[in-house]
Amino acid sequence: MELGDILLNIAIMLGKSLLLLVALLIFIAYALLADRKIWAAVQLRRGPNVVGPWGLFQSFADLLKFVLKEPVIPAPANKGMFLLAPLLFCVLSLAAWAVIPLNAGWAIADINVGILYIFAISSLGVYGVIMGGWASNSKYPFLGALRSAAQMVSYEVSIGFVIVTVLMCAGTLNLSGIVEAQDTRLGLLGWYWLPLFPMFVVFFVSAMAETNRPPFDLPEAESELVAGYMVEYSSTPYLLFMLGEYVAIMTMCSIGAILFLGGWLSPIPFAPFTWVPGVIWFILKASFLFFLMAMAKAMVPRYRYDQLMRLGWKVFLPISLAMVVIVAGVLMATGLAPGMQ
Amino acid sequence: MTVTAAFFYLFATIAVASGFMVIASRNPVQSVLFLILAFVNAAGLFLMMGAEFLAMILVIVYVGAVAVLFLFVTMMLDVDFAELRQGFLQYLPFGALIGVVFFLELTLVIGAYIIDPGLVRSPAVPIPSPDVMTNTEALGQVLYTRYFYFFQAAGLILLVAMIGAIVLTLRERKGIRRQNISVQNARTAQDVQVRKVPFRQGI
Repeated sequence: MELGDILLNIAIMLGKSLLLLVALLIFIAYALLADRKIWAAVQLRRGPNVVGPWGLFQSFADLLKFVLKEPVIPAPANKGMFLLAPLLFCVLSLAAWAVIPLNAGWAIADINVGILYIFAISSLGVYGVIMGGWASNSKYPFLGALRSAAQMVSYEVSIGFVIVTVLMCAGTLNLSGIVEAQDTRLGLLGWYWLPLFPMFVVFFVSAMAETNRPPFDLPEAESELVAGYMVEYSSTPYLLFMLGEYVAIMTMCSIGAILFLGGWLSPIPFAPFTWVPGVIWFILKASFLFFLMAMAKAMVPRYRYDQLMRLGWKVFLPISLAMVVIVAGVLMATGLAPGMQ
Repeated sequence: MTVTAAFFYLFATIAVASGFMVIASRNPVQSVLFLILAFVNAAGLFLMMGAEFLAMILVIVYVGAVAVLFLFVTMMLDVDFAELRQGFLQYLPFGALIGVVFFLELTLVIGAYIIDPGLVRSPAVPIPSPDVMTNTEALGQVLYTRYFYFFQAAGLILLVAMIGAIVLTLRERKGIRRQNISVQNARTAQDVQVRKVPFRQGI
């Protein structure tokens, strides 16, 4: 390849990434607002309604407030690592979006092991948490970091098994390939949420636990646990932690949409519906999963830490392990496994 | 190709440098973080060789799980560094001896390394190009056929190690009230008594 070609490729890649990043961040700003509005509606409140019409600019006002505040760094903190931790957390959760296909062929990097990449990147997010808690050099953030890290590691295990069952059905690790494997004439009924319904539920709950969403939001339990790893954080570093968390939540919603809800495919597989661009279906599906998460936040009381661990290790792990065996057995017995026809 | 070479040197340099920092940095937590950086760069090198599955598994297993536990342990250790460095000169010859022996052993093992003669003798089975078969598929096909027993044995060894670790650390403590969720769920409204307590009299 010529040097000019290489530079052009790099420029195209950068442009695509920037576009996706801006779209994602604006989407997340409104997802955050929707989260608060749904929460408010369930509790018969109005929610944020002051900044802009219907409170539409609330997230941007929050952004300004966070950025303009004074960042406080505790004197005994390990300064470099204290500032590196939120940055790492945020950058890693954004990095996962490199492989997510919003439409057929729309992924920035359509790699063969896409789902493993996402799994690997999301398992790295735990370092932001541990480093943040440790670098604060204070006991409450440290204990909070240990708690959150154990929580994230535990639920990763069941998410891993959920992914394995989907992979066995799809026969590929490529995210676009997984969506295409769900492209049958049945439309909505051919997606994996129906045959793998228990795994869909396990995935949904584990995704909430993995991203510290309520009812598993122990880092935010300030009344009973003095909050979590970000106790000492303020202003922009805190904003980065929150942003990283919301990006991770959107990543999980998109992964759920890809693995179980057919990604960019139309739910009804004939004419007027298939004309709708795939990216709109994708956003609708991811938003639906986010809506479910917001409803769970509004309706379910917070779990206690031992109950959280029990759910992860004693309920979800056996269920997902058993489902791996059952799905593999059924696929082999019926000859439906990919590559067997 | 120049881009590939540039990336190779980038990953390799960072891997070697962070490997050095693992032993050179004074704070054990920083050592572990440098170790993680070395792992990530090794994963990058795997990627450059086309071993994408291994690269991802390296990140998931070593960086995402094993190193987290490492970090947990080193963070909670209370190490006195002055005391640690005290006997450095005293132990230096012994450490050097072990290093030399280890190096010689490694040289002998790697020097005598030959490619499996079975593979060399079977050119009838060509190595498929990455366009035909992905790295993951190729690995799965040898892992579950040719090396099936080794694979299963590795699994068994890990299981035994896990059970051993649990047995060693399991401590049955008496007098602890544990939540029994099935008992709680089996409880009905009739099992609970609602009593009106008279003021200043109690039940």
